[in-house]
Order: sequence, then C-alpha cells, then structure tokens
Amino acid sequence: MFDKVKEIILEQLGLDEDTVVTPETSLMNDLKADSLDAVEIIMAFEDEFDIEIPDSEAENFKNIGDIVAYIESKTA
Amino acid sequence: MKRRVVVTGIGVVSPIGIGKENYWNALRAGTCGIDTITRFDATEFTTQIAGEVKDFEPADYINKKEAKRMDRFTQFAVAAAGMALEDSKIDLEKITPERFGTIIGSGVGGIETLETQHSKLEEKGPSKVSPFLIPMMILNMATGHVSMAYNAKGPNSSVCTACASSTNAIGDAFKVIQRGDADLMFAGGAEASITPLGMAGFCTMKALSTRNDDPKTASRPFDVDRDGFVMGEGSGVLILEELEHALARNATIYGEIAGFGSSADAYHITSPAPNGEGATRSMRMAINDAGIQAEEVQYINAHGTSTPYNDKFETMAIKTLMGDAAKNVMVSSTKSMTGHLLGSSGAVEAIAVMLALKEGFVHGTMGMHNQDPECDLNVLPNKGVEADVKYALSNSLGFGGHNATLCFKKFEK
Repeated sequence: MFDKVKEIILEQLGLDEDTVVTPETSLMNDLKADSLDAVEIIMAFEDEFDIEIPDSEAENFKNIGDIVAYIESKTA
Repeated sequence: MKRRVVVTGIGVVSPIGIGKENYWNALRAGTCGIDTITRFDATEFTTQIAGEVKDFEPADYINKKEAKRMDRFTQFAVAAAGMALEDSKIDLEKITPERFGTIIGSGVGGIETLETQHSKLEEKGPSKVSPFLIPMMILNMATGHVSMAYNAKGPNSSVCTACASSTNAIGDAFKVIQRGDADLMFAGGAEASITPLGMAGFCTMKALSTRNDDPKTASRPFDVDRDGFVMGEGSGVLILEELEHALARNATIYGEIAGFGSSADAYHITSPAPNGEGATRSMRMAINDAGIQAEEVQYINAHGTSTPYNDKFETMAIKTLMGDAAKNVMVSSTKSMTGHLLGSSGAVEAIAVMLALKEGFVHGTMGMHNQDPECDLNVLPNKGVEADVKYALSNSLGFGGHNATLCFKKFEK
C-alpha cells in the first residue's frame, strides 16, 4: 500500500522515482505540494482505491503514514 | 522624441519547426507543415488535416511538475519565451525585473483542458473535476506562467482578439515600452486548439478547408480554388526592447517596431466589412504611427487565411491603402505553410517579417496554383525572393471584427 501511495504522489507532483519518501514525509512541507496539488492527489487516491475521502478527513493528514493508514482502514 | 523599440530575441514553436533556425529554414525552403491530424482520431470530421507541432517535448523547456499544470498552449508559450530570452542573451541578474513585462495573446486558451475536465464532470461528477481546470484553461495563464518562469515583474496582461490576438499583444507591448513603462517585454501569442471540440466548432462554421486528400496545398491563400483555412498551433514570442537599453548591452537587433494600428469593423461576427474598410484603417493607423507614406511599404505579410472572404477583402483593403503602389508591394502569407495559428498567428508572422528584414529574404505564398483575379496582388506564388526591405506591415484580422497591423522597419541607428 505504501509503495502504491508513494507512486501516485510522485507521479502527481512530477517528482523522480528516487525521491526519498517515508511514512513521516509531509506532502506540503517536505514535497512542496500546494493546496491544489493536495486536492488532486486526494482525487487520485479516490480513483485508484475506489473510496471517498471527505475533506474533513483529508485535513487531518499530517504525513504519508496518516494517508496510508486511512486508506488501509477504508479498503480493509 | 519617442522612445524607440527594437526586437532583440525570437522564440518560436510552429508546425514547420521549433526554434528560430528550424523555422527560418522551413520558411526559406517553402516547407508546408500541414498533414493529417494525429492528435486525435478525426475520421468523423469534415476536416481531417491541420498544422500540428511535431516532436514537442515540454520537459525540454519546463520542469515536469510545472508542465503538468499547464495546458498545451501555455507550454508552447513558456517554451517560446525561453528560446526568445536565450536568443536575446539577456542576463536576468543584470536587468531590473520590474522593467520587464509580458503580454501574450491567445484566441481560445486552454480548450483541451476544458474538454478533458468537462468529460470528467459528465462521467464522474463535479467532485472529480481537477482543481487545475481553471488555472490551466484561462487564457491569461500563458502570460502568467511566462512571467513566473523568467521573473518578469513589469506590466503584465493578455489579449484576446481572436486571430488578431498576438498582433494586438505585440502592439500593446510596443506602446508600453514607447511610453516608458518598461524597457523589456515578452510579447507574442500561443494557441493549441487542434482538439475535437475546437475542430468541430470550426468545421461546422465551414471555415476550414476540406482538402483532406491534399494537405500540402490545402492552405492556398489568394488561389481561386481556396476553400477555407487550415488550423495550426504553436507560439511565437519576441523580446521587445527599448533601443538605448539594447545598445547599452550590445544586443543583436533584428529590426524596429515603427508603428501599430488597430480598428474594429463594427460590422459582423465573422464576415469582414465590405471592401475590407476596417483593415484599411488599421494599416493606415500603423503607417501614420510610423510616420511614413503608404508607398514606402515594400512588403506586407498578409493575414492571408485562404478563406474565400478574407483574401478577397484583404486585397481590397491593401489596394485602397496603397492606390497604384499596390501593384508593386510584395505580399505573402505565412499561413500557406504553417496553417492558421489563430491567436498566435500574428506573432509567428511578426517573426517571419523580422527575419525577412534582417536576412534580406521574403518568403513566398505556397500552395498557389491559380491566382484569383480578385486577389491580383504581387503574392510571390510558391517562391520567395531576395529583397532588401526597409518597411513592412503585418496584418491580423480576427472574428469579432478586430483588425491589427504592425509596421516594422529595418534597423538603422
């Protein structure tokens, strides 16, 4: 799951495959995503995993680990 | 004494080549960039041909993340502006960013983005529409991105006057420098409307050539059998610079912008005014602005779209302007090779004129077999000529009745 999430994020942000991403990595602080990127990345997750991620949940994601945990809870 | 404005950099992305050298070599050789559409399956369309930009790799000019947030027309503009900047040899560290402005025109803006996202809306609902729809679609974003990419913090706007957009943009930028509000301007246009919706709209207007079996002569301005224009795409961006600023840094000068005119037909949404009277007034305003007489003009880069109406009325307009001298003035249409780049056409044509003044060669009107007796000007059929041109005009005439004309002068100190 983590690898798939990472792949989508790197693809959406146009970053190289060898960019260092860990569960602690923050989309906005570390990967320099802006608010529009974040919306588009969330939409890409919804598409890929066939889930809905409400804004109220997305606002609580602090790092990639939070995102992976949320998606796992919805797809389990 | 008015401040003088010269062109010191050129960047072009066109159906006949990317970059100044490729573009100029193609113009000299009379190469036609029109072919069967490959960007989508056009089998169902009455027109299946266009002048597509080939082998354009956004990553060659723009970082990957930024490129993803741009519609194709903006990618073209940022690429062309980058080439123009490099060509000008301006050192961004040595200029004042607040004195460097940008005006890029476009006729339709990000129509490909609009189509893609509209399909998403229909198929998946409003919450699946990309947050980048608006910032990719709106046509001022070519200007916005160019200013961001090259830190041009001066006067900044965009122009939308259909097929006259980039001639208006260059004219406006010329005036910004002339009146003292900037020393440097990116000026030009960008268009990327060879999309299913864009093509369908122009097809049902019956504005486009349907010569699908002979794409290389489909755009045949001033020919008696012309049957419409051929859509093109791309971008042209020029660096306009105040003369003393250019001389102080020992810049290469292509030529001078001597005058600008614009007018409205105030007549019809798509048809030119009777006798092309609006175009005559636009040309007259440009030569008056340059302080010259009509008979001093040696070359006119015509709007020359290859539609039955345009070429006939533009011929009348030139005759009204020039009187007897109309028989001698050289006239040619770049669109015979590139197709019609709509809001970007004036910019790539301004570049053709700049290079003609500097290199002493005026390109021909290709695809011409039988000159229309109603278009009886010296249109240089199928072949360019070596010529030392001092003054030239470039016309752009747009749906909505917009007319715009630039007057260029060979550079002399």
